[in-house]
Amino acid sequence: MLFTMNTNAPQVPKLKKRAGLTDTNLLLIITIAVFVVMYTCAVAFLGEGFAKPQQFFNILNENAYMIILSCGMTLVMITGGIDISVGQVTSLVAMCCAVYLDRNVLYPDKFSEPGAPFVAMLIALGIGLGFGLVQGFLVAYLEIQPFIVTLAGLFFAKGMTTIVYAKQFNVANEAFKNVKETRIEVPGLGSTNRLGNYVPAYVEIGVIVAILIVVLLFALLRWTKTGRSFYAVGGNNQSANMLGINVKRTKFIAHVMCGLLAGIGGYVFFMHVGSGSPSHASGAEMNAIASSIVGGTMLTGGVGNIAGTFFGVLSMSTIKIIVASLGLDEAWWTNITVAAMLCIFLLVQSIILSRKNKAKK
Amino acid sequence: MATSQNLLQPKQTTGGIVTKIFSKQIVIPLIALMALVLFNLIADPSFFHITLKETNDGYNVLAGNIISVIDYGSELAILAIGMTLVTSSSGGQDISVGATIAIAGSVVMRVLCGENSAPTELQSSIIVAFIVAVIVSMLFGAFNGVLVAYFKIQPMVATLIMFTAGRSIAGWINENKIMNISPECSREFAYFGNNIPGIPVPTPVFIAAACMIIIALVLKFTNLRLYSQSVGINPNSSKLNGINPQTVKLITYVILGVCVAVAGFIKVSRLSTINYSTIGKDIEMDVILAVALGGNPLGGGKFNITASIIGAYVIQMLTTTLTKYDVKSTEIPAYKAIVVIILVVVSAPVVRQKMTQLKKKLTASKVGKEVS
Repeated sequence: MLFTMNTNAPQVPKLKKRAGLTDTNLLLIITIAVFVVMYTCAVAFLGEGFAKPQQFFNILNENAYMIILSCGMTLVMITGGIDISVGQVTSLVAMCCAVYLDRNVLYPDKFSEPGAPFVAMLIALGIGLGFGLVQGFLVAYLEIQPFIVTLAGLFFAKGMTTIVYAKQFNVANEAFKNVKETRIEVPGLGSTNRLGNYVPAYVEIGVIVAILIVVLLFALLRWTKTGRSFYAVGGNNQSANMLGINVKRTKFIAHVMCGLLAGIGGYVFFMHVGSGSPSHASGAEMNAIASSIVGGTMLTGGVGNIAGTFFGVLSMSTIKIIVASLGLDEAWWTNITVAAMLCIFLLVQSIILSRKNKAKK
Repeated sequence: MATSQNLLQPKQTTGGIVTKIFSKQIVIPLIALMALVLFNLIADPSFFHITLKETNDGYNVLAGNIISVIDYGSELAILAIGMTLVTSSSGGQDISVGATIAIAGSVVMRVLCGENSAPTELQSSIIVAFIVAVIVSMLFGAFNGVLVAYFKIQPMVATLIMFTAGRSIAGWINENKIMNISPECSREFAYFGNNIPGIPVPTPVFIAAACMIIIALVLKFTNLRLYSQSVGINPNSSKLNGINPQTVKLITYVILGVCVAVAGFIKVSRLSTINYSTIGKDIEMDVILAVALGGNPLGGGKFNITASIIGAYVIQMLTTTLTKYDVKSTEIPAYKAIVVIILVVVSAPVVRQKMTQLKKKLTASKVGKEVS
């Protein structure tokens, strides 16, 4: 740490003005810029595939669940906590829904009717809410480390997934297949294929859900009292308490919302893959954390932005596609590039943070 | 002293001793250990049977559930030493140990086998391979340490980088070939993870014991304990006292690197082969649980390595117990989670406070009744 008191003294009046470029905004702008630059490079160097709008929508289709999970993760991270159970909760939700929908196939002697997709959705929400409530209670009211609580949650969900059903299987439920195959066409962005036929661009239902959630949470964090108290609690527990914010309840709400979003994300994931498997979505929690960090959320709490998280997810998935299509298809390159990108973002964050600390002094 | 205290608080002498014992950190993992031992004693005492088994080579080795707990708990115990130090100094956990174990194992194989995936003779001595693995792990530990100490990134996030990349780097070191050291190639290599001929106790136990002795000596003769605790409690004030917080944090991460190399070496020696995607998988979670079970505050500060080591063996014992009752290895996490939650809830400060308050209320009401 450098003590350069003298040089920083004149900066104090600057801080009093409401600067247009706060650190949060700066991180957000960096994230968006990186995504745009990366995508343009991909279009420029990798050619046609990336220029088609459908390629972009495919990224969205594949990562709708990740956007939802990362949003929940961002909420918890803003309050200064962490939830590493979301990936396995996703897996558990997918497995439970799959088993419920195909109950007449798996247990023909007990059930004759297949399950209904709507009830499956309720199951998904219930599981997510259950995890959120228990973990939130343990973290907020019993003041146990969020890492340990959600680690236990991860273990529990992981074990339960195989207890519910141990093998991978594809869902054969007709009603669910109809829902899964539903495609929402985006007007005006289709392309013509080699045969000259017009192929409309489409997104899946999950994408609509994800975007709705992003918009809702963005509004919640920006304009509601609850949302603002998330930032206050994450920034400084004690001063938030002195401001009259119920710190415990705020943390509880954040964890419950994260759990609920993990349930929704699990169902969206399930709608995309249409199967249940113990190995589904393994490591998704780390991916969600990485996306949130790339999106400008800080694990120290108090800083973060849902829009940034959205672009963080897109950047992470774009870089994976770029690495894969560069011909570096040996398995290790994807992970190493993602890690390098994460490293760069962390260093940038760290530099910004230390600059901010210096400015305070 | 004692008499004056007794005079001052005549009603609380017995409660005082009990609370004093229960306030000791080491009690939490010990109680967990006792509970597991009791459970096994009641449910099936054959858990504690130890037999002499003859191996293919004609040597006698000890076998039994207890032996396998001590044997397979070795890696966890070794890692728990490093993780406790890291937790104490930086107030966070290294989640990359599993991935770094893969790297260390991969380096060992690379040095021993060279380019050949199934060599007929070792390319270099085992000691050299071990030292190279230690140096490489120390470098990766230093990488994490620099990110944490100098760039002030949260430990969990900083080590997320190696967590993501580690297994890929391990695969890249050996070009994703599955290396295999057959007994014909080197008999000695398997000794470190199994048994040395003539000695019935598995070798990892000795390696773990050696690590424990070394760390005990280090803590006794250096200021590492004091420094890492003070840095963990308050980096700024320890800086004012002339301790460099960055260096202390870096040193603890490098020590964890050494522990990881030793654990990785044992792991590859056990099987004489390496699988990059499964070696040491989820071991970081077990290690962090061991540290938490040991009652060490995960936010940094005071630590008790003995408690962490006992915590590591508790976790291993839990795993072995569950396996004994035919719980599938994929289902173990669910039961583990329940046990962990119970332990953590019981040892949570808030819950304890509530309990003591409740006790006080009860005694107060009793006293009140007696008076009235």
